[in-house]
Amino acid sequence: MSLKTILKVEDLTKYFVVNRSLFSAGEVVKAVDGVSFSLMQGETLSLVGESGCGKSTTGRLVLRLIDPTRGSVHYQGQDIARLPADKMRKLRSQMQIIFQDPWSSLNPRMTVKEIIGEGLRRQPGLSRAQRKKMVLDMMETVGLRPEHYDRHPHEFSGGQRQRLGVARALIMRPKLVVADEPLSALDVSVQAQVVNLLARLKRDLGLSYLFISHDLAIVEHISDRIAVMYLGKLMELASKRQLFAQPRHPYTQALFSAAPTTEVGREKKRIILTGDVPSPLNPPKGCRFHTRCPVAQEDCRQLEPEFKLLAPGHWVACHHPING
Amino acid sequence: MESLLSIENLEVSFHTSHGVAQAVCGVSYDIGRGEVLGVVGESGSGKSVTALSVLRLVPYPGRISAGRINYEGRDLLQIPEKQMRKVRGDRISMIFQEPMISLNPAFTIENQLTEALHNHRKMSQKEARERAIEMLALVDIPDPAKRIKDYPHHLSGGMRQRVMIAEALLLDPDVLLADEPTTALDVTVQAQVLDLMHRLNERIGTAIMLITHNLGVVAESARRVVVMYCGRVVEQGPVKEIFEQARHPYTQGLLKSIPKPGGRGKLYEMDGIVPSLFELPTGCPFNPRCPQRRPECGKSAPPWREVQPGHHALCWLYA
Repeated sequence: MSLKTILKVEDLTKYFVVNRSLFSAGEVVKAVDGVSFSLMQGETLSLVGESGCGKSTTGRLVLRLIDPTRGSVHYQGQDIARLPADKMRKLRSQMQIIFQDPWSSLNPRMTVKEIIGEGLRRQPGLSRAQRKKMVLDMMETVGLRPEHYDRHPHEFSGGQRQRLGVARALIMRPKLVVADEPLSALDVSVQAQVVNLLARLKRDLGLSYLFISHDLAIVEHISDRIAVMYLGKLMELASKRQLFAQPRHPYTQALFSAAPTTEVGREKKRIILTGDVPSPLNPPKGCRFHTRCPVAQEDCRQLEPEFKLLAPGHWVACHHPING
Repeated sequence: MESLLSIENLEVSFHTSHGVAQAVCGVSYDIGRGEVLGVVGESGSGKSVTALSVLRLVPYPGRISAGRINYEGRDLLQIPEKQMRKVRGDRISMIFQEPMISLNPAFTIENQLTEALHNHRKMSQKEARERAIEMLALVDIPDPAKRIKDYPHHLSGGMRQRVMIAEALLLDPDVLLADEPTTALDVTVQAQVLDLMHRLNERIGTAIMLITHNLGVVAESARRVVVMYCGRVVEQGPVKEIFEQARHPYTQGLLKSIPKPGGRGKLYEMDGIVPSLFELPTGCPFNPRCPQRRPECGKSAPPWREVQPGHHALCWLYA
């Protein structure tokens, strides 16, 4: 893996105002609150966390599908958070997204050739025949057959639709792909097919993935590094090896221990957290995890921990990180 | 173990404008008193329809065309609807995947929980409320006397699922049919709910049929496992044997295709996809995807054989 940084995100923040009306200024949801990380070329960085932690919003901010409230997103050295729309449009082909739900993310009225080839129409100087060839090549790459060319999405199974979504994203030859829960709508026997497809395309095309998921088994399989999010903040970031061998944040530890495995009979020490994730409308003061943290102390309730380096490449936001 | 509920040769078909879909095709299995039975399968395998058949709740246009559901010496498919209503929710209850749509948003938790106690147990409002509060406490709802006045939208997803479990266990049923009870929940909340179901199983002795697509959940919760594919039970056995020495090629493929801890490289891929229920292959429904296919597999239905004591598979390999 080369060590060139393709994406550098600093202090990325997105607040949404909800429940605004004529008589009320509304309330602020701090969906993403000061997130920083970088992604190397050819790397897969996974963002994991439970619902409402801001992982999908982070993915959309990175591609500037929504504008950040604060912070910067440097793509190959250029801050795209401030880029004018016309310049941004030129960059968009290099950054693509694969969505979670292959049923709602494909236009049912479009045929396969239109769905996959739509982006190419904005590229000048391509003849219709060239476009057709590129679409057919990409279909082959993702494992769709040529006779699928004129079909509509409803004629496909979930796994095939997800292949369509992958083909749509990759035909523009992107360098950066945000994959937002690309497997969670698929059956187990089909998940493996899509995982292998994503891994092969990364290798063949030199892609970098920001892989958003809540499935730890798949994250462990596919990632180089992993970032753990909770209520809009990064809790821990480290290489896969470091994180699975020695999680330092109590939340990471609980999250990993909660994931069921298929090993029968081996008694696992499971950390059962109390309560649910608090509302991002009104996140707890101090450390956001302190209301559910099994080792929280007084300072955790008062002071927000900094995201700091504990070991080379291992970042943790905790006042009392767990020692190995 | 004493058999509590047994399903025999159940057939359920859905009559639609596209033709007839055989959702359940000759399914037989039983659940013992106090047992936790895992039922796994992918979408369309018939695992939910089988559970709904037990309560005679198969939605239109589905029809139970054959089979028996034996419970306490009776066939539940034959008894009059009036008697069935006394079984449903009382002796056998069910919880569903989506706690958001299984609770009525227009009624308080108290209304929903006490309704069953009025109807089935003829309790007074005061008694019923006390029993409901006791159940809410049992499922770890903090401050139950206060929360009972809440509406479902006041509660988080995990709390709603716990309310559903409380509701299902109010009348102290023999069997709880739990259809993907944790699928809509986050992983830390899933751990809480599974832990809760375990404790309740041990404490109250309610048998649980845990229906899920999540192999990890089954491996950690069930004692016995039923694997379904295309409306058939393809393998059944003790949990340890199923996960360590699966015999049916479908079960083997399913287990191989999930990522292992510390694993890298290429994942095992099963060929093809789950076939449509409208055009099932002849012979064994798994045969077009099966790596160990034999000539007879595409011709006639495979036999159900015991491969080890208490461990069965529906496969020509063991004929």
